[in-house]
Amino acid sequence: MNAQRGYSDGAARGVLVLQKCGSCGLVRHYPQVLCPSCYSFDVEPLESTGTGTVHSWTVAHHAFDPAFADQLPYVLLTVDMAEGVRVLGRFSGEPAMGAAVRITFEPAPDGSPMPMFVAV
Amino acid sequence: MTPHGRAAMTPHGRAAMTPHGRAAMTLHGRAAVVGIGETEYTKRSPRTAVELQFEASLAAIADAGLTPTDIDGVIPVGITGATAEEYIANFGLADLRFSAVVPHGGASGIGALQAAAAAVATGIATTVLVPAGRNVSSGAKAGVRIHQMPQFHFVTEYERPLGAIAPAQLYAPMARRHMELYGTTSEQFGSIAVAFRQHAILHGNAVMTKPITLADHQASRMITDPFRLLDCSLESDGGAAYIVTSAERARDLARPPVELLGIAMGHPDSPSSITQRPDMTRIGIAKAAPIAFEMAGVSHRDIDVAEIYDCFTYVVLCQLEDMGFCAKGEGGPFVEDGKLRLGGALPTNTHGGLLSQGHMLGMNHIVELVRQLRGDGGATQVDGAEIGLATGYGDMGDGGLAIMRRSS
Repeated sequence: MNAQRGYSDGAARGVLVLQKCGSCGLVRHYPQVLCPSCYSFDVEPLESTGTGTVHSWTVAHHAFDPAFADQLPYVLLTVDMAEGVRVLGRFSGEPAMGAAVRITFEPAPDGSPMPMFVAV
Repeated sequence: MTPHGRAAMTPHGRAAMTPHGRAAMTLHGRAAVVGIGETEYTKRSPRTAVELQFEASLAAIADAGLTPTDIDGVIPVGITGATAEEYIANFGLADLRFSAVVPHGGASGIGALQAAAAAVATGIATTVLVPAGRNVSSGAKAGVRIHQMPQFHFVTEYERPLGAIAPAQLYAPMARRHMELYGTTSEQFGSIAVAFRQHAILHGNAVMTKPITLADHQASRMITDPFRLLDCSLESDGGAAYIVTSAERARDLARPPVELLGIAMGHPDSPSSITQRPDMTRIGIAKAAPIAFEMAGVSHRDIDVAEIYDCFTYVVLCQLEDMGFCAKGEGGPFVEDGKLRLGGALPTNTHGGLLSQGHMLGMNHIVELVRQLRGDGGATQVDGAEIGLATGYGDMGDGGLAIMRRSS
């Protein structure tokens, strides 16, 4: 089983896909092999509602990789998703703790789908 | 002894036996650091990490009054220096009985001390060398290193593509959350940087020797909010090493031994991803500290000097809280009134730390603690220092601490 495939396939069509334990129903992210609650290998994809609230953030002003230099400054937003897991994504605007946001996906510099939050 | 057959960790925990004949699970008083060595800390050394590591190793061996062939255990710290096999080859070791790899990044110096102490306490080895060498140009740069380590593949797969590349960017959300929850300020972070710079200048062997003020900190450019340049540690070159032997053998060696009282390591919840951590302001040392203090049989008030891992200013503040020097959320007020300075209530990073002396993965913190407890601290010696601690912080929040005492 490729633990990451559900996420990648979902991101490609603009949807956040999480893991749900096929045995006890616990939702988890990032993808991993075992359910940490009941140790089941059974897992099914769960499409997130896409909504959450801001947990924390940083605003990058220095490019640790030249590939990101022309995007500075950019916000990296940590979000508590409604399903109880967290997602790191980009954000345009002024972040605030607890603010409501919704996830979308846009192309990252390397072409892969990148989580991008918008205020709701 | 407890009903469950495990011996209680008494203040002098040694020799207590369970009904099953197993010794108490403690390293209290069982091991000592008997030799320390380090190179000059610089930027852009022409020497390789391996050369710097061997220079520090030979210095530590000479300091202990030993010869290289006395070494029968080695735990190399970091991933760019010499391996155990290279020690066998270069030292001509006939029988290296013990080697280990500790995967805790900047907490590896403490993790290695725990492993070395366990090895000498059980007789697996008699004399364990813990060395590190670093040359940034040979691939030790932190923003690259994390993505070479298998335990952080989540970060590489899910976070790096967004531009969350270096530790500064990965740790900044912890600091931001702390500021939002508790009102912690950038000026409070700055007071840590200013104190350690003053210590580095007095100490002498340090990369950063220009005095800084709080205003300089506030004027330094933003790297990744809330971390300014002067909140961030250095990328530097050098080597550091220490030698561990049993408490009994230590008494026969050249230098006054510095005895291990208590030591523990802890992983944070969600050890590979800060993003997913339930409490982003709590790191591994929160789990280790109660164990280490209980093993040591001392209280926080007994700590005369502290060498606290300082990859970023905030990480010092967080560890002070997680070790119990103050409550969660009170780290800002705790550090801002000068407690961490020489002459303060808890003189901290008397060598200048990673922020101003050099980034030697926290190995320089252990070397400095031993120097202080020997009374060899020079211009930054804490008067009458008898008991002190050194901490480590690794990558996504692994943590540990060692509490040590000078021999009486």
